[in-house]
Amino acid sequence: MELAHPETVLLDDPARVAEIAGAVPDPELRVVTIGELGIVRGAELAEDGRVTVTITPTYSGCPAMDAIRDDIRSALAAAGHPDVEVKTVLSPAWSTDMITESGWAALERTGIAAPGASGTPACPRCAHGGQPVTPVLQISRYASTPCQSLWSCRSCLEPFNAIKKL
Amino acid sequence: MSELLALGDDALIAAQRLSEWVSRAPTLEEDVALANIALDQLGAARLLLSTAGDEDELAYLRDGPQFRNCLLAELPLGPARGDLDFAWTMAWLLLLSSAQLLRYTDLAASDDELAAGIGAKTVKESTYHLDHAHQWTLRLGGGTDESHRRVQEALDSLWPYAHELTEGIRDRWLALVEPILAEAGLTRPADRWQPEGGRTGRHTEHLGYLLAEMQSLHRAHPGAQW
Ligand SMILES: [Zn+2]
Repeated sequence: MELAHPETVLLDDPARVAEIAGAVPDPELRVVTIGELGIVRGAELAEDGRVTVTITPTYSGCPAMDAIRDDIRSALAAAGHPDVEVKTVLSPAWSTDMITESGWAALERTGIAAPGASGTPACPRCAHGGQPVTPVLQISRYASTPCQSLWSCRSCLEPFNAIKKL
Repeated sequence: MSELLALGDDALIAAQRLSEWVSRAPTLEEDVALANIALDQLGAARLLLSTAGDEDELAYLRDGPQFRNCLLAELPLGPARGDLDFAWTMAWLLLLSSAQLLRYTDLAASDDELAAGIGAKTVKESTYHLDHAHQWTLRLGGGTDESHRRVQEALDSLWPYAHELTEGIRDRWLALVEPILAEAGLTRPADRWQPEGGRTGRHTEHLGYLLAEMQSLHRAHPGAQW
């Protein structure tokens, strides 16, 4: 008797594989997925059924990359595919433009600001639709992860992180 | 690929040097900044060393004379070994990151696809490193008499080592660094002696101490993981 794994059929489709890999939460910024951050660049299915997922690092020294590779393998194993290779590519180099709209929305909901068109982010606590933009001050160009900088709002006086333009 | 190895060694040794600041920087923000810059340097080193062989073997199993980093990268970050000095570190980072920025820009434009990919990635990061050193050079140069004295003293001491660091890119490098020194009210040191040897494996005594710290765990427990 042949036992068809219910998910195996779905994995015939590389787009579905990329979707499952992309749904993995970022190990450091748990509110966004690695798909929304633009870290997952694609997926391929070889004729022998082997799956290759391609990812790109946000920063070259990003310590989360090993965890991301493991999480992708676990997610695809859970979807019925234990044989997954995770390949890292550098080109095109990751940039903040690769973050999706839903990614930005999820980051802002957590209090992590977008870099802002002029390079100055808006305070995620004070900046709500239609409100005048409050002045902010950069405290440090580096913050809790390599991809963020640290700011302080001159109105509510709260510190906040912003994604650095890259 | 020997140029990539040299750049990789510069980044690796710089990462190890910068990591000496972790938990010892003057403010929490600066601690985080220096740790992040060290991490970027390590990331660049991993990419560059992987083009030349196994990154772990290259980092942990070579002896001093096999390293190709420039002498500047291995120098202590203060006037004496074990004596960390913040102004000294910022002067060192200014000289180093400006040269790295130019080298990575050239890599990004190279015909080799792999080298170009690494260059495109690292050039963005070293732009931030140079910016960080630039901002601090202005604050230290235009700050108190003491901060000005320390950063000028560091520049005077480190400047000769920039000769080896900037071989082949000297004019472009000066065009990048001289305006920053002028803006900070610092004196551009005169070109005097030109110590070199790192690129051919003749290092200062400082590299041995650094490698002993960096390599001891891997050599005592080969293949160790956590
Ligand atoms: Zn606010």
